[in-house]
Amino acid sequence: MSEKLLIAKSEPLWNTDKKIISLISGLVILLFALPHFGLNSFYLHLMIMIFMHAVMAQSWNVIAGFSGQISLGHGAFFGIGAYATSFFYVQYGVSPWISIFFGMIFSGISAVLIGIPMLRLSGHYFAIATLLIGISFQVVFQRWDLVGAASGLWVPMTSGDSWLALQFHTSKMPYYYVFLVFFLITFYLVWILSRSKLGFRLRAVRDDPQAALSLCINVSNYKIIAYVISAMIMAPMGSLFAQYILIIDPDRVFNIEISIIVLLITVLGGIGNVWGPLIGAAILIPISEYSRIYLGGTGGAVDLILYGLILMLICVFRPDGLISLVPKNILERKKQR
Amino acid sequence: MTSDIILQAIVTGLMMGLIYALIAAGLSLIFGLMDIVNFAHGEHLMLSMFSSFWLWSLFGIDPIFSIPITILLMAICGILTHYFLIRYILKAKMLIQICATFGLSIFIRSIAQLLWTPDFRNVDKPLLEGRLEIGPVFIGQPQLIASLVCLLAFFGLYLFVTKTETGLALQATAQDRHAAEVLGIPSNKMFAIGWAIGLGCVGIAGGMMANYFFIFTDVGINFALFAFVAVALGGFGSIIGCLYAGIIIGLVESLGGLLIDPSFKLLYVFAIYLLVVIYKPQGLFGRY
Amino acid sequence: MKILSVENLSRAFGGIKANNNISFEVEEGTILGVIGPNGAGKSTLFDLITGYTKADAGKVKFFDKDIFGLTPDKISNLGIGRTFQKLKPFADQTLLENVMIGSFVKEGNIKKARDKALEIIDFVDLIEKRHHFARELSTGQRKRLEMARAMAIEPKLLLMDEVTGGVDQKTIPGLVELIKKLKKSGVTIVTIEHNINIIMEISDNILALDQGERIAYGTPKEIQNNKQVVDSYLGTFDAA
Repeated sequence: MSEKLLIAKSEPLWNTDKKIISLISGLVILLFALPHFGLNSFYLHLMIMIFMHAVMAQSWNVIAGFSGQISLGHGAFFGIGAYATSFFYVQYGVSPWISIFFGMIFSGISAVLIGIPMLRLSGHYFAIATLLIGISFQVVFQRWDLVGAASGLWVPMTSGDSWLALQFHTSKMPYYYVFLVFFLITFYLVWILSRSKLGFRLRAVRDDPQAALSLCINVSNYKIIAYVISAMIMAPMGSLFAQYILIIDPDRVFNIEISIIVLLITVLGGIGNVWGPLIGAAILIPISEYSRIYLGGTGGAVDLILYGLILMLICVFRPDGLISLVPKNILERKKQR
Repeated sequence: MTSDIILQAIVTGLMMGLIYALIAAGLSLIFGLMDIVNFAHGEHLMLSMFSSFWLWSLFGIDPIFSIPITILLMAICGILTHYFLIRYILKAKMLIQICATFGLSIFIRSIAQLLWTPDFRNVDKPLLEGRLEIGPVFIGQPQLIASLVCLLAFFGLYLFVTKTETGLALQATAQDRHAAEVLGIPSNKMFAIGWAIGLGCVGIAGGMMANYFFIFTDVGINFALFAFVAVALGGFGSIIGCLYAGIIIGLVESLGGLLIDPSFKLLYVFAIYLLVVIYKPQGLFGRY
Repeated sequence: MKILSVENLSRAFGGIKANNNISFEVEEGTILGVIGPNGAGKSTLFDLITGYTKADAGKVKFFDKDIFGLTPDKISNLGIGRTFQKLKPFADQTLLENVMIGSFVKEGNIKKARDKALEIIDFVDLIEKRHHFARELSTGQRKRLEMARAMAIEPKLLLMDEVTGGVDQKTIPGLVELIKKLKKSGVTIVTIEHNINIIMEISDNILALDQGERIAYGTPKEIQNNKQVVDSYLGTFDAA
């Protein structure tokens, strides 16, 4: 008996293949080098959109995949981030780099305020509540004069590129790097989260809250923690997006489409897995961007038709997401015989 | 702010509430049967309104007469939805079930937008039009008839579920699917019937509203949200709860719009939802 | 020292009194067996004690601390662990991960928590299955998973709900040994059991419930000779 125990104890904590590490490192270096291979504006935009949506989806993954709470209104935190940087720059000239933190704080606070009454609710009730909240944010911001009501905010353009004001007009490359860095940091942090004590407890909350309670886990608190983390990951993407397009309004940043797409990307890629959001974004965003080009004016509706269809198909045929197609021993968990 | 205006708002709210009640009843029936929230409920309502519209626009059939066709079409839609989608997710995790019907709602809405454009439509000069004056209150005839029809349909549904053999079979399946199966009640068939009836109710509501409501591809969204709130307020799984809940929501929407600000109607209804789920999570009559 | 004292604990559902004025005490370091026909209110009793269901009335004291009305996580934090009649493994996680969630309570470092979990998994004799997903385990193995998981929080009092139910015969002696080992390591155990032989063998005291009422309390011998217990259970005991 005890030899088996000794063997078991000597096993590494995580079965991370050396090959995977080098693959990922190689990929990261490639991503940094990519723009210098002469990518034109469209491809830079495409990559930026992939990075951004991957992080947004990862935010949803934290609350839904890791903690089991389905949010249908996650776009609210995106909008908060977008308005935070825009508003403070327009009104007070505060550099977006600082307001990104404001956005994160406001989102975090919102998450707490929403979470405390709502996270106690069971799945359906919470989902509906988030749907209502998401739409409420849009309604309120459409009528809030301080932030421009329905017209929104126009961020004054700087005369040239400005790192301080986070605006670049000559090329998309700086945007590419900013988004890339945020993407890498976020994914790294979530990867650490998934392997941490917090990550374990969140999964317990997700899989069986009653059992989790018997194991000293304050389920309500952990749900709120996950929600706050999730909100604080989403907000910077809204902030960066605002800096990218420089015009924001409630329809653009509190749109239900945002909530839809983060859900779709994560479910498509693989919910509950750190890589799911990246896989989903890498597949869906190019489809979305290309369909927008080739289907012209009707692009919007066709996008959504595809989203709806893909979502249904995934739910029926591959509920674990595309990542379930990857053979198990490449991923972190390894099953002994 | 005379009492007449308030009275008007109450009457309007009451009438709208009856319609909400029927829509919610369809939703509640489906949830009670198989624990699935139909996030596409609003889109199904939209389809029924468009059904009325196109039958009028293309074939000249007045909405009153096309209602049976609309109901039939929606019932078939319900059966198809169950057959092609719901059937496969009955055993899936809640997340997947929610995403599936959510995906369906996106799908239906965007196809409708593609085929019919987001333009607003309405039925011009339906048979049912005009206003009645009852005391100080003005009541639109189509609104009144719509509400009464919905009320009748609601009670029809209630009687069906409680008094008929099929209705009781539905109840049995809702309470314990496996026990019902053992007694010879095929769950799959019951589910399909549930969807047919649930969407049939939506068909009635939508068909009647086509007489006076603007018809456009996004019309279902607000109705769906109100329906969710109604079902939560009345209690998931309780049909009679929907009646009370629907009326309450209709009144809150109407009076809130009058007394506070019409542009925030959604928020008032949302406030009800908040209060209910926090203080009485099972709703007024709920099972949970 | 009385590790657990329950006084007049009551809970009704609608008109049915699931638990009616239940009172008993448990001495530290002993095993209390809880028996009774189905529907007697045994699992409800556990739910009331551990805070999963709110009792209508009564008192529950853990050592000298009043724990009535506390939430389940606070109660487990005080040192009361439990298993569930309807098993609740974290299905999509491995056995090791399941138990680690438990060992995280006392050990913050992941590697040490993992090693502790492994020790407990070894204790329940499941070390070979440590990387198997919980949903792949047999019922008996899942029962042991729950025990291991509950043990991982190092409880002073462990409430076990029918650990031998649905388990095949040859695994039972092993489970019994396990329970005895646990007792020796200082854990007080309250266990609901249908298997009379097991209960008689391991219990220091037995609490008999029927229809929500306490009908007897005593040593195994006293219970065996208690007419009311024998009467109410005739024909409902496992012949195991």
